[in-house]
Amino acid sequence: MKMAKENNVKLHGMWASPYVKRVEIALKIKGIPYEFVEEDLVNKSQLLLQYNPVHKKVPVLIHNGKPICESLVILEYIDETWKNGPPLLPQDPYKRAKVRFWTSFVEKELFENLLLVARSEGEAQEKAIKVVFEKLQLLEEGLKDLFQGETYHIDGETMGILDIVLCSLFGAHEAQEEVLGVKFIDPEKFPLVCSWVTALTEVTAVKELRPPHEKLVAVLQFIRQRALQASAA
Amino acid sequence: MAQEVKLFGMWASLYSRRIEIALKMKGVQFEFIEEDLQNKSPLLLKHNSIHKKVPVLLHNGMPIAESLIILEYIDETWLDNPILPRDPYDRAMARFWARFIDEKLIWISWDAFSSKEEDQGKAIEEACKQLKALENELKEKEFFGGDTLGYLDIAAIMVASWFGVMQEVMKVELLTEENFPILCQWVGKFVDCPIVKECLPRKEKMVEFTRVLLKDFLASK
Repeated sequence: MKMAKENNVKLHGMWASPYVKRVEIALKIKGIPYEFVEEDLVNKSQLLLQYNPVHKKVPVLIHNGKPICESLVILEYIDETWKNGPPLLPQDPYKRAKVRFWTSFVEKELFENLLLVARSEGEAQEKAIKVVFEKLQLLEEGLKDLFQGETYHIDGETMGILDIVLCSLFGAHEAQEEVLGVKFIDPEKFPLVCSWVTALTEVTAVKELRPPHEKLVAVLQFIRQRALQASAA
Repeated sequence: MAQEVKLFGMWASLYSRRIEIALKMKGVQFEFIEEDLQNKSPLLLKHNSIHKKVPVLLHNGMPIAESLIILEYIDETWLDNPILPRDPYDRAMARFWARFIDEKLIWISWDAFSSKEEDQGKAIEEACKQLKALENELKEKEFFGGDTLGYLDIAAIMVASWFGVMQEVMKVELLTEENFPILCQWVGKFVDCPIVKECLPRKEKMVEFTRVLLKDFLASK
């Protein structure tokens, strides 16, 4: 009799969190069944605080009772643990380093600055918008090197960690445009980034996990209002 | 094909030291290229055009930037003496704590070192909480990596060196033996490792360098 290895996977998250979305996409792509535990981030559960005492944040992946925190750490853990599904990282060490580099770039340079745009207004916002455009330009140029003449192929079913992180940021670009009044994913300014983001939003796992447009708009508006009120206080 | 390994770094940069330690642990021959960070070389700017920072590893002409990413590259390319643990869960923990050091601990500690007097008490309390979390990760082990140095020990060079230097420059006590006996014991063992001794600059040199770097800030205090 073949003993099935116990494989209990829970994901503590929040439906609107892009960080959580990354992990959900990865789990779906790998075909890993999991239980989603919705956290109220205003009223964090004892369990969450126990699993992530350092950052007290979602996502937290619980695999057979053991917690893993930080979305990018979780993605690499998923890739190393479930080797049967499509790989989330290339095999070659140099290609892996490049993917990690650009993932870190999107995470630190684009994500952070886009958040700033959402949370500010007037001159501060204009400054942040300018920075996002600069970073997008760097990414656009970086993609030429990253893809290096190889046509970047997204087959509709699989994604790597860089695809996942970029999608978690700009997958909701239409909602971002509506709320912030700025078009970041501009096919004229950033043709490579734009075509890449568009292709990513068509991937099955992404489509299945994307919340409705109105909900995304509402969440972004809420975040913005709360931040503006806090800074005005 | 002959391996050509170059490391662009700066003597006082602890991030550069991370890479040196890893390469030496793996027995990889490399050329160290000292950068003047006030006058960065065209080669550095070419190989790290995005961030324009050290360290950059150049392996057979291919550049890799960002110290933690370089460490993973080194571990995946030269397979002797693994730096990261084998088990995926242990690897996740090592990566988690390394990111914690770079993205949270250093900044919170900088706040504690640089705060105005009225805010300092709270900032120090917060930094100590974070240091305690890291100390707890050591548990009963010699090093974060177990019996020998590993990826997290290398990442934690910041704790082993930067804290001591900053405490002397800013005259603020944070990582004390009284409050962090286990972590301080680790620091002692870490700096005593032959490879680390070869790579780490003398504390006095680092203190002098940091004093100059922060002279405007110190003058305003």
